[in-house]
Amino acid sequence: MGSGQRITRRRALRLAAATGALPLVHIRTSHAAGRLSVGFWDHWVPQGNEVMAKQIAAWAEKNKVEVNFDRITSSGNKLLVTVAAEDQARTGHDVLSFPTWEVQNHHAKLEPMDDVVGRLEAKYGALDPFYQYLGKVDGHWMAVPASSGSQYKGPCARLDLFREHCGIDLPAMYPARAEHTALSDTWTFETFLKAAAASKKIGKPFGIGLGTTADSVDTSGSIFASFGAQFVDAKGAITIKSDATRAALEYMKRLVPELPQDVYSFDDAIDNRMLIGDQTTLIYNPPSAWAVALRDAPKVAAQCWSFPTPAGPAGRFIPMNIFQFGVWSFSRNKTAGKELIEYLMQREQVQQRCNVVYGFDIPPFDSMLDFDVWEKAGPPPGTLYNYPLRPFHKANRWITGLPAPPQIAVQIYNQALTCNLIAKVTQGGLPIEKAIAWAENELEGYMG
Amino acid sequence: MAQAGSIPIAETVVALAPSARGRLHTFMRRRSMVGFVMALPLIALIAGLVVYPALYAIYLSLLDKSMTRFVGWHNFVFLLNRATFRMVVFQSVLFAVSAVVAKAFIGFVLAHLMHAIPSRRQRFYRGLLLIPWVIPLALSTLGWWWLFDPTYSALNWLLNQLGLPSVSWLGQPGWARFCMILVNTWWGEPFFMIMYLAALKSVPEQLFEAAAIDGASGLQKLRYITLPMMRNVISLTVLFSLIVTFANFDIVRILTNGGPLNTTHIFATYAFQVGIQSGNIPLGAAVSLFMLPVLAIAAVFVLRGVTRRSQEAM
Repeated sequence: MGSGQRITRRRALRLAAATGALPLVHIRTSHAAGRLSVGFWDHWVPQGNEVMAKQIAAWAEKNKVEVNFDRITSSGNKLLVTVAAEDQARTGHDVLSFPTWEVQNHHAKLEPMDDVVGRLEAKYGALDPFYQYLGKVDGHWMAVPASSGSQYKGPCARLDLFREHCGIDLPAMYPARAEHTALSDTWTFETFLKAAAASKKIGKPFGIGLGTTADSVDTSGSIFASFGAQFVDAKGAITIKSDATRAALEYMKRLVPELPQDVYSFDDAIDNRMLIGDQTTLIYNPPSAWAVALRDAPKVAAQCWSFPTPAGPAGRFIPMNIFQFGVWSFSRNKTAGKELIEYLMQREQVQQRCNVVYGFDIPPFDSMLDFDVWEKAGPPPGTLYNYPLRPFHKANRWITGLPAPPQIAVQIYNQALTCNLIAKVTQGGLPIEKAIAWAENELEGYMG
Repeated sequence: MAQAGSIPIAETVVALAPSARGRLHTFMRRRSMVGFVMALPLIALIAGLVVYPALYAIYLSLLDKSMTRFVGWHNFVFLLNRATFRMVVFQSVLFAVSAVVAKAFIGFVLAHLMHAIPSRRQRFYRGLLLIPWVIPLALSTLGWWWLFDPTYSALNWLLNQLGLPSVSWLGQPGWARFCMILVNTWWGEPFFMIMYLAALKSVPEQLFEAAAIDGASGLQKLRYITLPMMRNVISLTVLFSLIVTFANFDIVRILTNGGPLNTTHIFATYAFQVGIQSGNIPLGAAVSLFMLPVLAIAAVFVLRGVTRRSQEAM
């Protein structure tokens, strides 16, 4: 290295400061309409951030607003901590993206968004009650359901291994076109169990966890729902002691031995690694694992197929996590914040962002399901067609904790009660009745 | 230049100056006052970043979930009635006490071994042993996590090579707790070693020589010279380490996130789960403050003992 390029302490500091400022995008215009500070989820697909920044810049330019755009990662719960800190300090960003439960956790300091949601619904159709559950408080929308980061966590399985070892032809069951097949009606938890056993036999067990992180909680919650088990009803009464809960636990006693030995210590990355590393035949995940496999293990990616969850006695329930755009009530530029959100949720903007993230983002309006990104994504062609929930899937969106009042459901979710209950039975060897009594006691604690 | 009839400013200044300068001089000669003034920035920093947040946390812990109503001790009473929280208390105590005892013992042994190495080579080994303490804890814990990883555990690979079955390091409550304590011990032991080594170096060599002349055995030297001379350092390191270990967050968060079956949750991780993730900040504050009185009382007694022994030694 020549002397002219010597790294001095001062240069190193300058470089560090510049690097630190990288995630911040400062969009300057003549800012006649004031300033706006925006903090959105840092998308796992970098192109998602780039397009978002461009859209914000275009809006800022047109509306003469000076916008400061921060990308906030969810790694290490940074977004969660940022939301909590800004709520406490009553200062920070004007507009934030709120992960699944956070609108309910912080609604007291959020600006009602009935006007924005009303206009969007008038244009694109009514939102599913699932979104109302997470975004509405006392009949008012406290945030706008967003597409960026919202995701389903249904199964993603290996076409070749399922065909060869489980006897299931996934494209025949869920073809890449708007068609309900008779075969899809056979996709039940009994079929699921047989496929799990066949996968275990070849040393590639289902990558489903019973840990304490979101993926495990989402999967286990949807299984309980499929059996009709409700831990707490919509009025807040504890309803866990039911035949449906017993049936779900009996089923899990049969399923868990077919899963990997370490299901109880699974985190959100293990299932992805198992799929990419050719260690499993099925995981529950959005297409991010497939997208990484496209880069790192193209042969594996070419055999992946996303499709809905199996059906239980109560139906088919697909785990879903969402993000919502909200404006703090202490924001100094609420009007601009609302206008920006409304602009970002227009069909053109949503589609543009959805296209660059391989269809990972799920638009909240069903009228937007005609984007062609899920049809075109591949290889294999059509791999993501059945990733978004479509009417002919005859399935429901689901979040663990539903239909309990959100302040109770958030605790069921974050304290991984579904996973712990299953573990009490399958790992701790507790009789089902005693395990349910334990969970009932835990639920009583959540009521306080 | 002073004109006739005007106030003789220069003379006034000259007349006032000696007394003002004298007061300032007297003021500055008071060592305690100078010390206080110089420590003021630090005091302000501690007040802003430690005292205020601590008082605010206490205030929060006395509010209801919506943070609009004062509920007194309700959050603490509620927690004590929950089986999961009682398990968190047990685990926190088990984690902190086991890890501190292990760190103190290993640090003590290593310090003695290090003390016996000639000083030139000692520097190399000392640096080597300090590495765990120097690496950011979150990073080194990630390294450990890869060793314990359920699917690709390097430790299990080794066990399998030896014909032994895999161990579910983070999936079985017993093993998971052991792993937490192991990683904390690995990380914190260099602190004990370096403190004990410094204390050992300050013990006068003549004492050991005199004891040797009197025919004292190695164990007797340890019991009657080394330990009494290191007592203050041992007390302080154990106290500081206990406080830091009770407040640990990274290790559990990265390795198990409190699982399996909540059997590795400690105060900090449980407080985060209850307060930040589940949106009940007052309850989370109550969890995090639970050990404050116990640790504060322990600190008072330990520090009082240290002060008394220091005064006796003077």
